[in-house]
Amino acid sequence: MKLLTDPIHKNNPITVLILGICSALAVTVKLEPALVMGLAVTIVTASSSFILSLLRNTIPPRIRIIVQLVVVATFVILIDQFLRAFAYDVSKQLSVFVGLIITNCIIMGRIEAFALGHKPWPSFIDGLGNGLGYGMILIIVAFIRELFGSGTLFGYQIIPENWYIVHGGFYANNGLMILPPMAMIVVGIIIWIQRSIIRTH
Amino acid sequence: MELKWNKNNNGYTILYATALVVVVATALALTATGLKSRQQANIAIEKKQNILTAVHKTDSIDGRPNKRAYIEALYEKYIVEQYIVGEEGGRKEGDAFAVDMKTQYDIIRQIDAGNLDAARQASLRAALKLPVYVCRNDDGAYKYILPVYGLGLWGAVWGYIAFDDDMNTIYGATFDHKGETPGLGAEIATPTFSKKFIGKQIFDRGTFTSIHILKGGAPPDNPHAVDAISGGTITSRSVETMLKNSLAKYLPFLSPDEPPATDSLSGQRQSEVAIDSTNRQ
Repeated sequence: MKLLTDPIHKNNPITVLILGICSALAVTVKLEPALVMGLAVTIVTASSSFILSLLRNTIPPRIRIIVQLVVVATFVILIDQFLRAFAYDVSKQLSVFVGLIITNCIIMGRIEAFALGHKPWPSFIDGLGNGLGYGMILIIVAFIRELFGSGTLFGYQIIPENWYIVHGGFYANNGLMILPPMAMIVVGIIIWIQRSIIRTH
Repeated sequence: MELKWNKNNNGYTILYATALVVVVATALALTATGLKSRQQANIAIEKKQNILTAVHKTDSIDGRPNKRAYIEALYEKYIVEQYIVGEEGGRKEGDAFAVDMKTQYDIIRQIDAGNLDAARQASLRAALKLPVYVCRNDDGAYKYILPVYGLGLWGAVWGYIAFDDDMNTIYGATFDHKGETPGLGAEIATPTFSKKFIGKQIFDRGTFTSIHILKGGAPPDNPHAVDAISGGTITSRSVETMLKNSLAKYLPFLSPDEPPATDSLSGQRQSEVAIDSTNRQ
């Protein structure tokens, strides 16, 4: 159980280990792509950790990294193909970032550090936990950015229309929120809050 | 699992790599083939949606539960005809919807480069396929939708331009891109940009001017120019070049003073154009 919950909070890949930041900045303008990206990374980390842990005693040491890459890349391409077939709009929004899951340091990091030295089931749980920890931060960041940047959540209008200045109200969306620097700031604030909580324990 | 093999052995490594690659390749090939028809259906739907957007038929799409079926139905209803024209403006055999614009772009680029021998030129011209989609509005007015394709800053840009039946005034436009800079060049895909084209004209008293995209803003009374996107200068310029090059190939079809080619007229028009092109050479 600790394997699953640790990476979500105490060992969160984004906020504590500072891994996978680039995609966290890129796909968090809206909640929907952030959610899909979180799920995709979770599936890839969990299943490639599981497969590589199964293979761990057979992998020739000299091509160890190549074998890992092949397995990870296979899952990424599978995910990409499925998204194109069943969630075309989201796959267009995620564009290159699905393919770039291959280079997400969380995945290779967990395989190298955990899956190659542990049994398949714990490796699977560890991958799952890290993927969820990554996805959770993505969703928090996307929630803040979509709500304040576009006034919507999952594309549904949340801020009442008549609040807006164009409709005679007092409110305007914060344009900075939809730009990448704001993601950096939001992630920074989350890290700050989280570390101060961890320290007080 | 106890292994008798030495894992550092070259033979073992090679066998392992081969087996792994074969397994992975099979799995991927199976998935790709299995999902191909679905993926292509998605791409076709998106294309239909873009064509319909150029004639302002997609405002009611958002939030519909069955978007695909709705787009199909709209397309059935409004796009009454689609056909291919050649460079001379005459019709050609073939399925307009299946024409790949990138292939056509490559052909146009080779023709326009102009450094080819006559036989190659002729075969390229013969291969050129220019799709035309005809939309019939509820009030019976016909709109002609022409696809355009070109190169942006980071990748391809393309769009659909709809003309009134004077073949001069733009009724609507839509643009899309492969990967222009978000917030800058990517703004060409927004309605804010494409709406600026409505009502603009591509001919000035019979001379083809295309649409200029002006940095620093277009004067509101200029019927042949729109504002460029601030911070997206190269993309804006690419759209301008794309419009000029793509629409230039449609010129015999678009010719401002005449009605669009109908079947009875096309023979006559072809001969006229043939004379024109000999004059040009």
